[in-house]
Amino acid sequence: MSRELIEGLFVRYFANPVLLPLEDASLFRVAQGRVAFTTDGYVVKPLFFPGGDIGRLSVCGTVNDLSMRGAQPLYLSAGFIIEEGFALADLERVVASMAEAAGEAGVSIVCGDTKVVERRAADGLYITTAGVGLVPEGVNVSVQLARPGDAVIVSGTLGDHGVTVLSQRQSLHFKSPLKSDAAPLNGLVRAMLDTSPEVHAMRDPTRGGIATTLSEIASASSVGIEIEEGRMPVSEAVKGACEMLGLDYLYLANEGKLVATVAGPDAEGVLEAMRGTAYGRDAAIIGFVTSDHPGIVTIRNPFGIKRIVEILASDQFPRIC
Amino acid sequence: MCLAVPALITKIDGTMADAELAGNMTTVNVLFTPNVQVGDYVIMHAGYAISVMNSAEAEETFELLEEMAGLDAEE
Amino acid sequence: MQRSEVFRDPAVVEKLKRKIWAVSRKPVKIMEFCGTHTHAVHRFGIRQLLPPTIEMFSGPGCPVCVTDNSDIDHAIALSRVPSVIVATFGDLLKVPGTKGSLLVSKAEGAEVAVVYSPLDALTLAADNPSCRVVFLGIGFETTAPAVAASIVEAAERGLHNYYVLSMHKLTPPAMRAILDSRELALDAILCPGHVSTVTGWKAWLFLRDFYGIPAAVAGFEPVDILRGIAEIVRQCEGGVPEVANAYPRSVTPEGNGPAKEMMEKVFERGPATWRGLGTIAASGLAIRQEYARFDARRAFSVEVGESAVPDGCHCGEVIRGVMKPSGCPLFKAVCTPAHPVGPCMVSSEGSCAAYYLYG
Repeated sequence: MSRELIEGLFVRYFANPVLLPLEDASLFRVAQGRVAFTTDGYVVKPLFFPGGDIGRLSVCGTVNDLSMRGAQPLYLSAGFIIEEGFALADLERVVASMAEAAGEAGVSIVCGDTKVVERRAADGLYITTAGVGLVPEGVNVSVQLARPGDAVIVSGTLGDHGVTVLSQRQSLHFKSPLKSDAAPLNGLVRAMLDTSPEVHAMRDPTRGGIATTLSEIASASSVGIEIEEGRMPVSEAVKGACEMLGLDYLYLANEGKLVATVAGPDAEGVLEAMRGTAYGRDAAIIGFVTSDHPGIVTIRNPFGIKRIVEILASDQFPRIC
Repeated sequence: MCLAVPALITKIDGTMADAELAGNMTTVNVLFTPNVQVGDYVIMHAGYAISVMNSAEAEETFELLEEMAGLDAEE
Repeated sequence: MQRSEVFRDPAVVEKLKRKIWAVSRKPVKIMEFCGTHTHAVHRFGIRQLLPPTIEMFSGPGCPVCVTDNSDIDHAIALSRVPSVIVATFGDLLKVPGTKGSLLVSKAEGAEVAVVYSPLDALTLAADNPSCRVVFLGIGFETTAPAVAASIVEAAERGLHNYYVLSMHKLTPPAMRAILDSRELALDAILCPGHVSTVTGWKAWLFLRDFYGIPAAVAGFEPVDILRGIAEIVRQCEGGVPEVANAYPRSVTPEGNGPAKEMMEKVFERGPATWRGLGTIAASGLAIRQEYARFDARRAFSVEVGESAVPDGCHCGEVIRGVMKPSGCPLFKAVCTPAHPVGPCMVSSEGSCAAYYLYG
């Protein structure tokens, strides 16, 4: 796979005035204000799965990280580490997918890099992205800002991505009707922030699931969070898959969802605004923030019993017991 | 130690069968349930069916429990 | 099975709860012998639903927890043999041995594959003819038939690179050991629903005939567990001890004939060493001579160092039910799910892991 071929792909799919003329660095102006900047690496296996692929994940992941701070995402970089022998057709699929996701999110990929490494050194393909965005004046969203009395809102069904990726593992002989939920959430966040200035904390529950994300917010804000099992949006297919494999959806990754804390009085309004968007249709209020038990997340089951939600030490494995 | 779930048998081919649980499909070995038929529910553990759910008993249990659930609603 | 939601229906749970509260007068100590029951009892908050007259104990029913340190060390040693792929249920991966764990071995380059079924281990063996696949056989009567079947299939297919390290154990001997020790003065036993699916509920008649205590076989949904407890309370309050089947949709008197036959065909009973209980005669399943070529114990001679339980680890007492997790000095302070000292904290079915989630 030659440098020319790779560059050709990028030029064709990512074409934009900032990227061309393919200088060592791309230049752009930003308006005055706070610039948000983020980076992430993508090593998902398998590379292609129902509902997405590593390319879509990488663009959506970075767009979403910026969005979680209330930033409008603008420009992305994309670095590719490609294993020798990786099929050009597969690389094209990934690049096309990234272009599509970027188009949907309204962002441009303005710089990139590729390195080819020897066989078995990269699992096929790894992608690193970085992204910049602009936070409008007056917008302050942070995991440290959750306050007692806030409602906890999740934007849609949980566990879809996690189950989808697991179902692709041949060893499990498990086929799911589910698709990854990978999606850019900047439109959804815009709708929320346009409705209310009282969106306090936001994060996307990726690796480690919603349990980990809520624990992080509770710790960072020194508040307690109480959620209710009966209000969690989970599809029947995810529930069934979890029962079958002995998994807990609370810890499964989501790639197109966010969890937010919103001041109590504004919660219904924000919820309605979310439900009016493509990626927030199944949004639900799942609990609230409290001054009790700071740093701790509890979940109440349908029988009225509360238990603590722990952060998992490592990934879940399918179990028999 | 017995994580096992009820799944619906949708196809049988020798000792292997397709089983469905809430839309998820998996394969299950039915060596231990030789009389199983398509449409039966089995309890699956570690890739094997260990019992065919007794529909008469299940029905009786369902009715009993549904009655319990219903009575509360009327109170 | 939408109707199956009735097994978690809050209205039914409430009704059963009220029934138990109304009937229960005498203090009753009930032990369950199934890791999945331990997990379900904690997950659904069953203990908090019961009156103070009822005390629930978790017995040695978690296959991971009762696996002796020496067996864990053996598995770890096998993982270090070049060209060996260890295939294991996910449950065992993080259990600490005397030094390290399978997960640590994997991080250090050993081939350790998590599988959902012994059938997957067979596939691994077929797909990797130059490797030797060792399947770690843990589990009780629910799992042993599947593992036995995998050995028979390996024989039929001529897969000579498939091995099983049998650490399988039988439930009744453990129950007898606990009851004979009289450490707890148990009043009743909640019998494991899926072990009973294989063995038949008649396997527990010795509880009535020899120990004269009530027993109920229960499934794993909250309603199933409460029905089992309600039945036990009924017996304790003036009924005659018997073995009641509260899981008739899956459990029959004789159990699963083909599964039992398969176990008999491949395994024979022998002594087994249980963490917390020591060596119990006729409580383990060893691979018969006829299938010796698939027996990892015979096929591999590995150096397994002196096995030692970590200082201060009280998993043994927790497994026997004589210590509650909160009574262990290491609980939470030192031993946590992130840094487990013993298996009771690692396994999702271990008592300590279950207690930890309740704070």
